[in-house]
Amino acid sequence: MLTAQDLSFAYGRRSVLQDFNLTVAQTERVALAAPSGFGKTTLCKLLAGYLQPAKGAVLLDNNPVPQRGVSPVQMIWQHPELAVDPRMRMRDTLAEAGETPPELRQKLGIKEEWLSRYPHELSGGELQRFCIARALTTQPRYLIADEISTMLDAVTQAQIWHVLLQEVQERSIGLIFVSHSPALTARIATRVEVLSRG
Amino acid sequence: MERRANKNNTPEAPQDSPAALEYALGHTLVEHSSTQEHHRHAHAPASVHASGHHLLQVEGLSIGFTLYETQQSGGGLPVAQRRDSKAAGAQEPVARHRPLLSSRQHYVPVIHDLHISVHTGEIVAIVGASGSGKTLLADAVMGMFELNVTVKGRIWFDGIQQDAASLARLRGHGISLVPQSISYLDPLMKVGRQVQGFSKRGDRRERVKRQQELFARYDLEPEVADQYPFELSGGMARRVLLCCALMDDPRVIIADEPTPGLDLELARLALADFREYADAGGGVLLITHDIELALCVADRVAVFNQGTVVEETAVANFASPKTLKHSFSRALWHALPEHDFVTEACCQSHPPNDRLSNDCPPKDRPPNASGLSSGDDAPC
Repeated sequence: MLTAQDLSFAYGRRSVLQDFNLTVAQTERVALAAPSGFGKTTLCKLLAGYLQPAKGAVLLDNNPVPQRGVSPVQMIWQHPELAVDPRMRMRDTLAEAGETPPELRQKLGIKEEWLSRYPHELSGGELQRFCIARALTTQPRYLIADEISTMLDAVTQAQIWHVLLQEVQERSIGLIFVSHSPALTARIATRVEVLSRG
Repeated sequence: MERRANKNNTPEAPQDSPAALEYALGHTLVEHSSTQEHHRHAHAPASVHASGHHLLQVEGLSIGFTLYETQQSGGGLPVAQRRDSKAAGAQEPVARHRPLLSSRQHYVPVIHDLHISVHTGEIVAIVGASGSGKTLLADAVMGMFELNVTVKGRIWFDGIQQDAASLARLRGHGISLVPQSISYLDPLMKVGRQVQGFSKRGDRRERVKRQQELFARYDLEPEVADQYPFELSGGMARRVLLCCALMDDPRVIIADEPTPGLDLELARLALADFREYADAGGGVLLITHDIELALCVADRVAVFNQGTVVEETAVANFASPKTLKHSFSRALWHALPEHDFVTEACCQSHPPNDRLSNDCPPKDRPPNASGLSSGDDAPC
């Protein structure tokens, strides 16, 4: 169980979340739905441990999420170009997570020749595959996907979501995702969590 | 004359393939036989040839980069054939990096022989594979070129052939870009002043007024004008970019992925505004991955793959894969979440009892919709 318990967060004086509660089981695929600017990305960052809540806690099986080592809650970002080191070749970026099985790379459609390139030599969709491969390689228990396919074409979107769903089901990873596409949400989610103020 | 003919045709545009083909061909043959021979598209009801020409027309566009090869086993790069015998002899499966100073230049084509046109009063959506060079097309039309790029082709704006310098002059004052990324904003300047700076008209007060009107229309609080880009959410930043583009009443808007990060309602609002803008006589080139949304507002769809437009067709033809001519267009259709949500690859890799692959038994798919891996007209 990944539990957000009475989370509150504010950027300066602007409150983003107040006493927010959410529980996600490892068998669930939860869609977060909220208008843009609501704080979905902030919530994702809180759950993945990139931000610390002002109040409340994120609990994994009733224990705090470990702050050291590889986090069991991994996040895939909306802008993959901001989630990789521009000075590192993709092979090294991928190696941040350990050794990626070649089958996973193949399933995600990562070509061998991309490995020796730098991020600026790849398109957003190509980079996003690396980010997904990197997140899956860490053997996470929860994945947080923050609009990961908005910059992808329909064919790529279908392909990587299929891989992601297959992996998530096989390894029983809990998935929390944000998407603005109702059709995609209907395809993927087992539960839709509508966020609202107050 | 052309408009009338199209009006008669399109509303009941035939849905099955031979008739649709005939309709498309008929248009080309009948309407344009007397003018230049460059029309490779089907029209939509909104496509108007004001003053007898396209508002924006791109013909035979090819774009490529000159790069240094820093890697010996260069995959499919053209230099692989030109490599000298010594390097070829040393070829190993593991990629090895050449020292930069001894590597050679080679040319990597990205876009080849691309044709697209935007009529007055219509939205043309460009949909297609990521990494196929859609953003490069936008940059070329805006006259923004990287230092190592080679661009060939002809671009007309409002009937006048353009060159790099004139395209640069039109930028923001005739053709406006809504860029893909929020990084196009200056991080050190308040957004209100940035938006005002996009207009060269009138005095400062008028520009402030125009900026405030636009902010009000896009549901941006007045105090957003005093914020810096990092304080905006993704959706707000995108609306700010849209305001920038609309500041100077351009004739053509090139929107490079304007909707990701917006929730559905705002995305519809943004697109509705493009629609309104087009109806008032502008032209919009909408570059997007979101086919679903594009189909809601666009008049025609250009399917982009492997660096060129493989099919330019009316939105009505996207109702069924049967009216789509190119295998890649059909692959796109099948991959949409609201249709089959399948690709060739995922059908093979999924066990048959999987929830998702229940949607893609091979018999449900047209025999030649195998898309990416086969098909005569898809060189992929």
